[in-house]
Amino acid sequence: MTRSCAEPIADPEARTAAEAARAAEAVARSGYGKLVAILSARHRDVAAAEDALAEAFALALEDWPTKGVPQSPEAWLLTVARRRIIDGIRRERTAAGAVDHLKLVGEELAAREAPEIPDERLALMFACAHPALDPGIRAPLILQTLLGFDAAAIASAFLTAPATMGQRLVRAKRKIRDAGIPFEVPTGAELAPRLGAVLDAIYAAFAEGWLDPGGTDARSRPLADEAIGLGRVVVALLPEEPEALGLLSLMLHAEARRAARRDIDGGFVPLAAQDPRRWDAARIDEAEALLRRASQLPGAGRFQLEAAIQSAHAARRVHGRADWPAICALYEVLLASTGSPVVAVNRAVALAEVEGARAGLEALAMWDADPRLADYQPYWAARAELLARAGEVEAAQEAYGRAMGLESDPSVRRHLDRRRAAVAAAEAGDHHAER
Amino acid sequence: MQFMLLIYEDDADRVEHMDERMPHCGAYVEAMQKAGIYVCGERLRAVGTTTQVRVREGTAHVLDGPYVEAKEQLAGFHLIEVPDLDAALLWASRCPSAGRGVVEVRPVWPR
Repeated sequence: MTRSCAEPIADPEARTAAEAARAAEAVARSGYGKLVAILSARHRDVAAAEDALAEAFALALEDWPTKGVPQSPEAWLLTVARRRIIDGIRRERTAAGAVDHLKLVGEELAAREAPEIPDERLALMFACAHPALDPGIRAPLILQTLLGFDAAAIASAFLTAPATMGQRLVRAKRKIRDAGIPFEVPTGAELAPRLGAVLDAIYAAFAEGWLDPGGTDARSRPLADEAIGLGRVVVALLPEEPEALGLLSLMLHAEARRAARRDIDGGFVPLAAQDPRRWDAARIDEAEALLRRASQLPGAGRFQLEAAIQSAHAARRVHGRADWPAICALYEVLLASTGSPVVAVNRAVALAEVEGARAGLEALAMWDADPRLADYQPYWAARAELLARAGEVEAAQEAYGRAMGLESDPSVRRHLDRRRAAVAAAEAGDHHAER
Repeated sequence: MQFMLLIYEDDADRVEHMDERMPHCGAYVEAMQKAGIYVCGERLRAVGTTTQVRVREGTAHVLDGPYVEAKEQLAGFHLIEVPDLDAALLWASRCPSAGRGVVEVRPVWPR
């Protein structure tokens, strides 16, 4: 059994060491991104900032047990890390380095007078989601620099080899430093598209975390929670941006249903079969409030629309039935603006709820040849369900099989297998009745 | 690029549940075939059927059974042709055996 925090530790030396470790861990969890953001902003060297901060944390674990945890652990870590960077620049002795050096020394002096640590995380997010960087590396980069995830954990989330992910992260950080990518929040007309890239990256991190089978891996911190935390940072620093509000609302709506997606045996429960009483009411209420705030601002983008769709699903809580006509209409708007085959699949499912399975299948048929859907599990699962409802048993079974073959989550695979068997059994029953 | 997906599983458990798990495995292979990436693959008989051969100083030594008593044993393989490692990892994650044992993904040495 592991020692619980509440249990008193007799040895005072061990106690101070444990206290120091707890204090360091608390900063690592809550303040990591803030510190990296400040340390990397002046000279744009994220890797150097991370290394300096890692050294500062290591020193804290040596220093704090004997000297006590400083009054402001964050300020202590920041000062030590800044010193490390200054020392590093001093060793390089370049002209450009000399300027950075002076800036950092000035910053350190200023910090002594104003111990309040400014929040520059948004600037770091904009640097990590800069258009000059490959879209696929933006979310991993944000997870590493703002949350301190290591390359191996990020690699697992994005289903990439750890060594490859490590190399991609190193390359991206080098590019930020060498290509002169700015650490600032864009203004004016530039803000909306650039913010879109930041929000996309946060949503990618959330989606990977959400799809994580069961989210039960104890070693990995819940990625979805962390992504929601990033969404909160953006909303706090840009409170008048409807898409930022929309994304946070969308993530909270999805997260509210996490527990309801599993039955007591750990089996998968699809949305339609979920018990709304198992949804997290507090999260839904917060999501709804955010969506209302977003709707009062001009312009409805992708995330606000998707949040509105989730809100229409959540209506089941009150009305016993999701607002399918609204869901259908919202997907149509989304489809018109994105042209995404993924949206088309969802729209077809919604249409089937309003106009019947045949109408859904017809809507889906327009996308059947799209190569982007050929290996897309939700397309096959949706198709199977609609075929089953339309009474096309053989085609339904085949589609269920295809969805099973494309699924990574064992509990979802078992669910699809059960559906496939149920469709076959129902038909066998019909034949029996005919005879 | 060709990748070998080497499947390792608890052998006793695998052999015991072979029949009930076949539909999942079949669906997986069919999805790979439909995706046009499947080269070939086989499942192996129980690990107890293994016979080892080695030749040392001109003399052949034949032994019964597997060499190491690891918990997870080689259970079978799939050979696939995909553009890169990321694609191979995605397919490996869909392998039903990955939910129980482990799937090792290794590139085939090109001829």
